[in-house]
Amino acid sequence: MAARALLTRKTLASVLRKDARPLGVGAAVATHSRGLHVYTLPDLEYDYGALEPAISGEIMQLHHQKHHQTYITNYNKALEQLQDAVAKADSSAVVKLQAAIKFNGGGHINHSIFWKNLAPVREGGGEPPKGSLGWAIDTHFGSFEALIQKVNAEGAALQGSGWVWLGLDKELKRLVVETTANQDPLVTKAPNLIPLLGIDVWEHAYYLQYKNVRPDYLKNIWKVINWKYANDVYEKESS
Amino acid sequence: MASLGLQNVAGINLLFKEGPKVNAKFELKPPPYPLNGLEPVMSQQTLEFHWGKHHRTYVENLKKQVVGTELDGKSLEEIIVTAYNKGDILPAFNNAAQVWNHDFFWECMKPGGGGKPSGELLELIERDFGSFEKFLDEFKAAAATQFGSGWAWLAYKASKLDGENAANPPSADEDNKLVVIKSPNAVNPLVWGGYYPLLTIDVWEHAYYLDFQNRRPDYISVFMDKLVSWDAVSSRLEQAKALSA
Ligand SMILES: [Fe+2]
Ligand SMILES: [Fe+2]
Repeated sequence: MAARALLTRKTLASVLRKDARPLGVGAAVATHSRGLHVYTLPDLEYDYGALEPAISGEIMQLHHQKHHQTYITNYNKALEQLQDAVAKADSSAVVKLQAAIKFNGGGHINHSIFWKNLAPVREGGGEPPKGSLGWAIDTHFGSFEALIQKVNAEGAALQGSGWVWLGLDKELKRLVVETTANQDPLVTKAPNLIPLLGIDVWEHAYYLQYKNVRPDYLKNIWKVINWKYANDVYEKESS
Repeated sequence: MASLGLQNVAGINLLFKEGPKVNAKFELKPPPYPLNGLEPVMSQQTLEFHWGKHHRTYVENLKKQVVGTELDGKSLEEIIVTAYNKGDILPAFNNAAQVWNHDFFWECMKPGGGGKPSGELLELIERDFGSFEKFLDEFKAAAATQFGSGWAWLAYKASKLDGENAANPPSADEDNKLVVIKSPNAVNPLVWGGYYPLLTIDVWEHAYYLDFQNRRPDYISVFMDKLVSWDAVSSRLEQAKALSA
């Protein structure tokens, strides 16, 4: 899956933890190949200020270093608690952790995709999709402009915090525009959906620059969208 | 609409002295202090956007949505409960509830607020949470852990749920006690029936981003330490008890 390939991680096995679990349980789990992974913040492929004036460097820095990092930190924490709960066969604790895993794990997945979806103008940001994705967009939405309008309208109408997506429905082989609430990843809408482009419409994604005017943020973000990435994912997943 | 829901709404109407029930005109009510009155804790710039833009937009959009519909002429509270529609929300709900929530939120704060409540409010807090500190911990945790946008509330849970809109409140709780609850996006305790809101904090990012950026816990702490108007909370408790007696 595309999302999985994006996640930066290293195995816990290589990092000895100070706060190890009680020996008996910990040792048993550690010998299994599916050891606990520690997720880390992926690097951006551009400088924080490189998306200006569409997105300010201050927003990019806070968004990446603070918001994304916090999702990762809390995701790792929740996974560690999950592993303990599984080891203890504590079903109620396992179930209780699902909300934190969905929220923080989703935050990590979504932001990892989002950074790839952006590129400075001098590196091709904003250049309309070429290749087979361009054709598919024309086929499913009528035109590239029609897609942009649809994404902007759905993104502006989303209540509270969330994401607006361009996705590929692998089963029906068609493009879809969807929104998800909070940090729900696209796959929570349907298991056969592959995210090609995700736009963060949480207020933290635009507030320092655009304040309450989310539609202006949506209008300007197209100037720094990396369509090459979306096209690569599309071609890989639809072949 | 079930009559129980309307009775409940009528009670709340009295409680918060809302506008006329016929040809209700929704207006942007200013906070009960100047926009720089909460400096330096909550900046004038935050109030200028939060009240002057966000709150104003909710009011203007609500007016447009209501005019010429069956909701025209209803009170704000009636619109909220009707448009909540047992959780299957109708278009006017978000704007109506956000107008109410923000009116309520501004009145939850005052210049030089914070500290500790007194009198019966403090007694009930100590009775129902163990201590004021434990209440603070619970309220702060609710506000910090609301995933995404929303609100945290201290409410007086006055009577049995009326069932009409009671799809998802913590219904196992006993009655006539103080409870801490959180709600997503525009949802507020009015829609559950039987809950009288006493205090709220807005944890949409727009409420704190200009002053605190990603540091929501800092915003929540300083709100409790320096902004809460315990007088307002106390008088709401008095009214809630009178109405539910
Ligand atoms: Fe974000
Ligand atoms: Fe707000």
